[in-house]
Amino acid sequence: MNSFVLGIISIYYLGFLFLIAYWAEKKAKTKTSFFGNANIYSLSLAVYCTAWTFYGSVGRAATNGIDFLTVYVGPTILMFLGYPILIKIIRISKTQRITSIADFISSRYGKNRFLGVLITIICLLSGIPYIALQLKAISNSFELLTNTPATNNIFADHTLYIALLLVLFTILFGTRNVEATERHKGMVSAIAVESAIKLFAFLIIGVFVTYWIFDGFQDVFSKAKMIESLQQTFTIKNEVGQSTWFWHIFLGMIAFLFLPRQFQVAVVENEDENHVSRAMWLFPLYMLLINIFVIPITMAGGFIFQNYTVNPDMYVLSLPIHFSAEFLAIIAYIGGFSAATGMIIVETIAISVMVSNNLLMPIFLGISKSKSLINRNPKSFVQYIRRFAIGLIIILGYFYFKFITEKFSLVSIGMTSFVLIAQFAPLVFGGIFWKNGTQKGAVFGLISGTILWFFTLIVPSLVSSGVISDSIMTNGFLGNSLLKPYELFGMLGMENIAHATFWSLFFNLTLYIFVSLCTKQSVLEHNQAGVFVDVFKFSKVSEHLGVWRGKALLSDIKSLLESFIGKNRTDLVLKMFAVRNNVNVQTKYADPQLVNYSEKLLAGIVGTTSARMMVASVAKEEEISLDEVVEILKKSQELMAVNKELNTKSQELKLLTEQLQTANNQLLLTDKLKDDFLSTVTHEIRTPLTAIKALSEILYDNTELELEEKQHFLNTIIKETDRLSRLINQVLDLEKLESGKVNVVKEYINLNEIIDEVVESIAQLAKEKGIKINKSLANNLPDFQGDRDRLFQVMVNLLSNAIKFTNEGTGQIKIVADFINDNLQVNVIDDGSGISTKYQEVIFEKFYQAHDQTVKKPQGSGLGLAISKKIIELHDGKIWVESEEKKGSKFSFIIPVN
Amino acid sequence: MKQQKLVAISILIFCLFNFPILSLFNKNQFLFGIPLIYFYVFAIWIIGILIVAFFAEKRNIDRKIDE
Repeated sequence: MNSFVLGIISIYYLGFLFLIAYWAEKKAKTKTSFFGNANIYSLSLAVYCTAWTFYGSVGRAATNGIDFLTVYVGPTILMFLGYPILIKIIRISKTQRITSIADFISSRYGKNRFLGVLITIICLLSGIPYIALQLKAISNSFELLTNTPATNNIFADHTLYIALLLVLFTILFGTRNVEATERHKGMVSAIAVESAIKLFAFLIIGVFVTYWIFDGFQDVFSKAKMIESLQQTFTIKNEVGQSTWFWHIFLGMIAFLFLPRQFQVAVVENEDENHVSRAMWLFPLYMLLINIFVIPITMAGGFIFQNYTVNPDMYVLSLPIHFSAEFLAIIAYIGGFSAATGMIIVETIAISVMVSNNLLMPIFLGISKSKSLINRNPKSFVQYIRRFAIGLIIILGYFYFKFITEKFSLVSIGMTSFVLIAQFAPLVFGGIFWKNGTQKGAVFGLISGTILWFFTLIVPSLVSSGVISDSIMTNGFLGNSLLKPYELFGMLGMENIAHATFWSLFFNLTLYIFVSLCTKQSVLEHNQAGVFVDVFKFSKVSEHLGVWRGKALLSDIKSLLESFIGKNRTDLVLKMFAVRNNVNVQTKYADPQLVNYSEKLLAGIVGTTSARMMVASVAKEEEISLDEVVEILKKSQELMAVNKELNTKSQELKLLTEQLQTANNQLLLTDKLKDDFLSTVTHEIRTPLTAIKALSEILYDNTELELEEKQHFLNTIIKETDRLSRLINQVLDLEKLESGKVNVVKEYINLNEIIDEVVESIAQLAKEKGIKINKSLANNLPDFQGDRDRLFQVMVNLLSNAIKFTNEGTGQIKIVADFINDNLQVNVIDDGSGISTKYQEVIFEKFYQAHDQTVKKPQGSGLGLAISKKIIELHDGKIWVESEEKKGSKFSFIIPVN
Repeated sequence: MKQQKLVAISILIFCLFNFPILSLFNKNQFLFGIPLIYFYVFAIWIIGILIVAFFAEKRNIDRKIDE
């Protein structure tokens, strides 16, 4: 085909992209979308499939069989599994206004500039050869289609002009807005369209090969079976192949998100988190579709070109050409062209943002001369820097392609750059799920992983291109056989990429974790770690967070913002901020929250590192020193201690109050008891008094009474007087006992003697009532120290009670005295009316009937048992009753004999 | 809950995509004229996409109903 025509087609295609981007950007302002934004998002993720996919998959399948699928299966699984991870990264990036992967990582580890520079350099190292690979694909396909040999004259090389057009496109749609967080809607739409085109082109070629040249899948495979080299690819061969399969999937999984272009489309360009749930199946579907015809094309190419020397990398193009299907060949060319340009555009934007924000801007901000230049018009300054970076990257890619690729094989560039990018994985995953990852841990991990990557993958390619001698491959580094690039530490049986992935990530992760555990985070780092890990907790209040304790004039902050986003927007932003956070924006000094917020706004334009430098230049930042933090902590600790003390005190107070309450209740009860006692005593005294008074009056009034009658009345009066004096004696007695004023005369006494005496003195009374008294006294009762008269009184009380409540004529009373376990025990058992259980406790209280007026009045004062109880207690003993109604009672007391 | 289901399914798919399960299909045999391992990998791939699509879209619909 005429190279001029194909050149025109290429330029038309790019013009078409311009139109799409322009149209989408215009549409974006009216907020309507043709495809649906979720679908656009999913399609834009397919920028993952580069020319390396479009042409290279077939080439890889031809040599390694199914292994080419690993780099698509990996991202598929990550999209399935990665929903929580991707959403978290997006959320963090939005709240922190992250503009690139370098920004993301350096921001997490304390907005560290060195880390940002390091990551930018790594992205350049992986990106530029990758861009060169795309240019080479464009160039090769052009040459193949037009059948023109490569030229050494740069200016006659059409690829240069395509590269320049790409620079133009990228500048136009990638730097239209300096605020990197304001998404490149036009660019993304163009990329989505490119993704659709390359898929469409590949499917057409696939259908053509499978169903036109051959007769369906079965036919392709049955023909392929005849060729031994193709049959080799039907299975995964040995254990090496099996572990390779795993490691390549793993590599695809972790590298997928962190490739600069993937981070750009998946995170930075994401408009809405909800788009992810569409992408999580639509993107894998895209991957499946673009791979479904790879094997048939490989088989077909292998079969048809078995007697030719055709590079399998170019089967996609060679097959249509071979069958003179020129139109299809052009479609294939366009597909490959779109895959290559899509990758170049997005990768360049992503890396240019990093280069300008992390490398160039900090340098310019640091040079005082350039400061005035920046100050004159910062917005366009940023724009120029970014444009410069874009041009630089693409041109570097071009020169790499032109002058270096001839020395190095391009085949492994894709996988090699994957391994390098995978080094970000520990830092990112650790950064968003583990708060203790430190800056030093990140730096050590990243550097060690990169060194390992260089040693295991770049050194061999330098050897094969003859830059260094191959003795390192056979004898090891410095002649140490443990340090062979492909067999590090003697590790055999791993494929090179798997081997490099394992060792680099092993060292990276190990150092990251252990250095993190051994180092401390700065205050800012600690703050950022919290913001990243707990983003779902903080994302709503992120404006309030941040360690900033400086003074900044509001006018300074304002002018800084104005120079980047314009006066109108600044005013609007400030107003909104004031309303949202209830902050006064009319003060002389800016509110710390506002300073924070402004820093974040600027971060969206110039990156976190540069934004921090800018704000620091207008604000007298006094970063909180460690001492101050300790001071704050101390203060809060003191407060906590005081709080704790207060708490204890109030607990004590509460306890005291409770005790007081109990005491008060006790007092009230005692008071009530006293009242009861008094009223009972008065009542008891009044009864005999009334009788005496009545009888005396009768005697006084009726002088002519019979003598017998007079005798009877006088007798009653005497009895009542006796009762009265007995009662008074008992009351006095009890009072004495209770107040402890009583004198207990302690002498050696024998209980048996006392019981005998009491029985004797009371026998007459019992006999009158016809009651029998039995004694069962153990004869080994020891003498003990006690008050003879008082114990006599107790026995009299118990016995007279028993007589009182025993049936006349038939009653029996038994007295048992025993010596058990150093205790003297006496039981007085009767077969009388008994006492119901609920009174068994209270009968030992004085006038217990006062508590319960329903109790049948007992005969007697009701003080006998109370007095007995006191007396037994004075002897350190105990008195109680066991009884059953209508069956009798058993009164017992024990007195210890020491 | 749905998110947990998705994660569980993803882990299952990851296992199905890898050795040793893959070795069951790593044979020089053909199914419908297609090498067994290709057939298996693409089948798992499609099933995975269908299941995830079902859950992901269901969630979208649920959310829309919520709104």
